[in-house]
Amino acid sequence: MARIDLVGVAHSYTSSPKNDGDYALKPLTHVWEDGGAYALLGPSGCGKTTLLNIVSGLLHPSQGQILINGKDVTDLAPEARNIAQVFQFPVVYDAMSVFDNLAFPLRNRRVDASDIRKRVEEIADALDLTRVLQRRAQGLDADVKQKISLGRGLVRSDVAAILFDEPLTVIDPYLKWQLRRKLKEIQEQFRLTLVYVTHDQIEALTFADKVVVMYDGSVVQLGTPQELFEMPQHTFVGYFIGSPGMNVLPCQVENNGLAVGGVPVAAASHLVAAAKAAKGKLTLGIRPEFVQLTSAGKASLVADLVTVQDLGQCRMATLMLNGQKIKARLAERQPIPSDTKMGVILPEAWIRLYADEHLIAAEGFHP
Amino acid sequence: MTEKPFDNRAWLLVIPVVIIVAFSAIIPLMTVVNYSVQDILDPQTRVFVGAEWYRKALQDPRLHDALLRQFLYSFAVLAIEVPLGLIVALSMPVRGWRVSATLVVLAIPLLIPFNVVGTLWQIFGRADIGLGGAALQAMGIDYNYTSNPLHAWITVLIMDVWHWTSLVALLCYAGLRAIPDAYYRAARIDGASGWAIFRYIQLPKLTGVLTIAILLRFMDSFMIYTEPFVLTGGGPGNATTFLSIFLAKLAVGQFDLGPAAAFSLIYFLIVLLFSWLFYTVITATNNDRGQL
Repeated sequence: MARIDLVGVAHSYTSSPKNDGDYALKPLTHVWEDGGAYALLGPSGCGKTTLLNIVSGLLHPSQGQILINGKDVTDLAPEARNIAQVFQFPVVYDAMSVFDNLAFPLRNRRVDASDIRKRVEEIADALDLTRVLQRRAQGLDADVKQKISLGRGLVRSDVAAILFDEPLTVIDPYLKWQLRRKLKEIQEQFRLTLVYVTHDQIEALTFADKVVVMYDGSVVQLGTPQELFEMPQHTFVGYFIGSPGMNVLPCQVENNGLAVGGVPVAAASHLVAAAKAAKGKLTLGIRPEFVQLTSAGKASLVADLVTVQDLGQCRMATLMLNGQKIKARLAERQPIPSDTKMGVILPEAWIRLYADEHLIAAEGFHP
Repeated sequence: MTEKPFDNRAWLLVIPVVIIVAFSAIIPLMTVVNYSVQDILDPQTRVFVGAEWYRKALQDPRLHDALLRQFLYSFAVLAIEVPLGLIVALSMPVRGWRVSATLVVLAIPLLIPFNVVGTLWQIFGRADIGLGGAALQAMGIDYNYTSNPLHAWITVLIMDVWHWTSLVALLCYAGLRAIPDAYYRAARIDGASGWAIFRYIQLPKLTGVLTIAILLRFMDSFMIYTEPFVLTGGGPGNATTFLSIFLAKLAVGQFDLGPAAAFSLIYFLIVLLFSWLFYTVITATNNDRGQL
């Protein structure tokens, strides 16, 4: 049981950071609720692993505090925190049997031998490791090894949160699903807080209840997969989540309305009001799934069709609108258009308005 | 299953290797075999004596002593250099300019020829003109490797340790650097002590390089010649007469080519046997690990 609070945590790998760019992790205040499954999603080098290592205690933050269940653990060593971590590459102690591997953290903490046996057997059972318990850990498959490293975290009865640092990187694709389901089961069975770092959006969206999207050292959005999809708080989230990502088009305020490339776009009055009030670069975001295509005469926006790609579940059209690329999903029975000029309709309900990359207005958005 | 094509021309491809190995190993070895079964009185007069030289060599008490000394010496070398090298490697810096500095300092002894090492320590240890020897004398220790067998032994051992511990240390250091950081991080989270990290992470990951280090140091120390030869020529008495010194005395000193040839073949077989033993034992334990 653990609630993890990050209060103003920041980290820089240089000893005297001067500007924002020196920080691998910019000041961050954030809460992970007890028993939640969180995914930390972001491109390589965005600070995910740094954040994870700070929480587990492998790294001391340059500033800020980490609270676990309200207790300040910022200065505690990793072994003194009730947190376990699973790494990208499976770490097993080759010279030991699987049983000894699982018992290792308990033996280091001077737990009674009979308690160790009971606990290890219980965990081995939960992870389907009973069959290999007496074997040497060396030479086992990567997925089994990864389960062993997870097991070393689970055996500790004090562990309340487990951190995963891209744990499925080295696992065969067909085993990934299996192992991810196992993780889910374990989480529900043991009621643990799980934090899962990944750069794979599918992994994040299927695993987590809440996804934390990180970009360039800061958290840009925390939300359910649906929220991330429908209401990206930052153009990066729109672009990173979904394939292909959100269309982001430069837009302007013209004649008391919104316009893309000089052509008026229908938008609710509060969007226009927000656009007028906003400072900075104004952009309009809309997911390809919601862009509608019609014949050129039926819409005010007209674009040139470039290609239509078959993505399996759907077909995706790429068009050029005033020199801007825009993608649109074709409706299921919509024929591949023969005309190169197409009318583009941006439904009001799905328009998201951004100023300097941050969401300022949308249908159903209350800042 | 595909059938392997059979073509006698394949032998042509093997010929270069056969020729090279023949001239570099087989023919010289056969010359020695030839000597070992004959008593050669002068280039024209030779008598076939069969296994007599072998019998004599195996019964020679001087040889038994030399062999015993040799094992004792190799054992001492391994017992000192392997743990010492490991300790040095463990305490070496991991990053910064100190890494290069340490590596250069450690590499210096390895670049020095055997006889120079011998001469260096021979002079250093002399009581009259050597800094080390004179210092020990001044401290009241009657250190004299020319008359005291124990002192001679210690001096030869120190030479070897000074010369070759670096090799073990460098091999171990390379092995240690190859351990991914995640192991140390996981160990910290698991609450492992420094000893547990050494015993369960570092040592198991070093088995490979330690095997090579032990094998190299065993073979090398088993053939030691130059250092005791430069120091005392195998003395005082026969105290530092190891196998190769004994062999050289026999072959070059007394020109007993027959017994010397028989003996060098025995010597060769001993080295071969031990290398094979090491190799099998170590690969067998590695395989056990993999399967069990």
